Amino acid sequence: MSAVTTPSKAPRSANVMPETPGWARWANDHRKWLFAAPAMAFVIALIIFPLAWTLYLSLTDSRGSVRAESNFIGLQNYFDVLADTDRFWPAVGRTAAFTGVALLFEVVLGMAIALLLWRPFKGEKWVRVAILLPLVATPVAVGMMWRLIFDPNIGMANQILGWVGIGPQPWLAGQSSALPTTIFIDIWQWTPMVVLILLAGLTSLSDEPQEAAMIDGASAWQRFRHVTLPLLMPTVIVAVLLRGIDALKTFDILYATKGRGGGSFNEVETLNVYAYGLSFDYNEYGRSSTVLILFFLIIIGVMWALTARRKKEAARR
Amino acid sequence: MKKRTGYTIFRVVALVLVVLSLVAPLLWMVAASFKTNVDIYDSSKALVFTPTLGNYDTVFQQANYLQFVFNSLWVAFAATVLSLLLGVPAAYSMSRFNMKKSALVVLMARVIPGVSLLVPWYYVFSNLQMVGGFGVLILSHMFVSLPLIVYIMMGYFDGLPEELEEAALVDGLTHIGAFRRITLPLSVPGIATAGILSFIFSWNNFMFALVLSGANTKTLPVAIFDFVGYASIDWGGLMAATTVVTLPIMIIALFVQKYIVSGLTAGATKG
Repeated sequence: MSAVTTPSKAPRSANVMPETPGWARWANDHRKWLFAAPAMAFVIALIIFPLAWTLYLSLTDSRGSVRAESNFIGLQNYFDVLADTDRFWPAVGRTAAFTGVALLFEVVLGMAIALLLWRPFKGEKWVRVAILLPLVATPVAVGMMWRLIFDPNIGMANQILGWVGIGPQPWLAGQSSALPTTIFIDIWQWTPMVVLILLAGLTSLSDEPQEAAMIDGASAWQRFRHVTLPLLMPTVIVAVLLRGIDALKTFDILYATKGRGGGSFNEVETLNVYAYGLSFDYNEYGRSSTVLILFFLIIIGVMWALTARRKKEAARR
Repeated sequence: MKKRTGYTIFRVVALVLVVLSLVAPLLWMVAASFKTNVDIYDSSKALVFTPTLGNYDTVFQQANYLQFVFNSLWVAFAATVLSLLLGVPAAYSMSRFNMKKSALVVLMARVIPGVSLLVPWYYVFSNLQMVGGFGVLILSHMFVSLPLIVYIMMGYFDGLPEELEEAALVDGLTHIGAFRRITLPLSVPGIATAGILSFIFSWNNFMFALVLSGANTKTLPVAIFDFVGYASIDWGGLMAATTVVTLPIMIIALFVQKYIVSGLTAGATKG
């Protein structure tokens, strides 16, 4: 860099670069961590510390304010929460129902739509745009939009039911219909995600197995069931994994449609909504941290099971 | 070929139904944003009504939405740029040196429930007097953007042949020089994909801003709730607000469709 140094006459080789200053050579040798460390440090600082703290809080009776004095009470919170059939277990049930039902519909519908889109056709571009729209829309706004459509008095949903002679439904306002309605909203918004992933998987399949099956006289259903589906299985599992993690953690549309605590009767209170309420509405930090740790373990467990399944599927090929 | 035409008809009908069910609710939302509240309550005015800009007037004049639009833009932009600066080199290293465990640490950020981070963050950042400011919002949104960018860019770098860099090394470039002059320019499509998705995810993020933003720094998804009262809802204003939030993203999506699709499906088809 400095102009004073005499230019080296030595022949250049790949490894000896005379005009490279020392710091650049150091950087070059340590590029692996020089590149990776800042991002890692950021994530670790923002995750590991909060996670460790959440773990610690879950062992205390902290409430009211995190600054307030709190006592170490061991696993008491865990016993309390696991024995709580009033809020905790119903929330676990709702989380499981929400995720399970939404995923089932999203995968089945997503597969059907992906198959419809698979082979090229005229106007394909516009259909693809339509599929992208719900996906990029702000979830809170989507929740509000459906809140108007599902309004029992002025909503379009009941009006359409009226045309076909079905009486008005309470939708989001009903105690038993609220959760299914939010599941419907999730399906509307996120089926397109599954479509895109499965379509990418379908497009990457080679045509030969299909053609071979066709020559053997297999029907369309047989070709799907015994050729396409097995080949696509790893992609299906990825879609389930990506969607599943987000579905378990659904918060935005539940908060937008039912407000705090998942509605006045906690109709749509999933684990995430419950934990949020404990932290920011009731300031029960100890208990909320316990719920969060348990919730986190559930998520990790589901992910682990699906990843193991995917490895098995991939190994079978 | 009779069967063929049968399928074609079925396919067209099915696709029309799919498109309608995805687009109609959005059109309904946009339509309601141009109606007076009286017309929204009147089912005979469902499709035929006199459009009014009154709701948008409420949104921008009374509810001060320009400020929130700016907040959302600024937070999403800053979080995306900073995450790209941190994430692209990290993804490069993780891809080239096969740092699976390190990648897993970054991707953990995607899996952890946000609430478990918010309590400690709130405590720390309120001690630093940062809650309600842009700094903490941008930091929290980077937490959404960074894992996404690392994930997409790792897939992208995995697909770039290493031979290109090796050729550059033979020509006398350092490793970092090869990254800067060869790999980065070749990665522009990948970076665009990652950047666009990061922007959208940050724009749409709700929970972090709900807890960490202040009255003057709140982003659009939080500001929407201004139209939801305890007793009643200003439906017209609410629908205008939701349209203001969603429409820009949808218009962007129209133009950069390919990037969004490749980003969302990144890594999904790998064995």
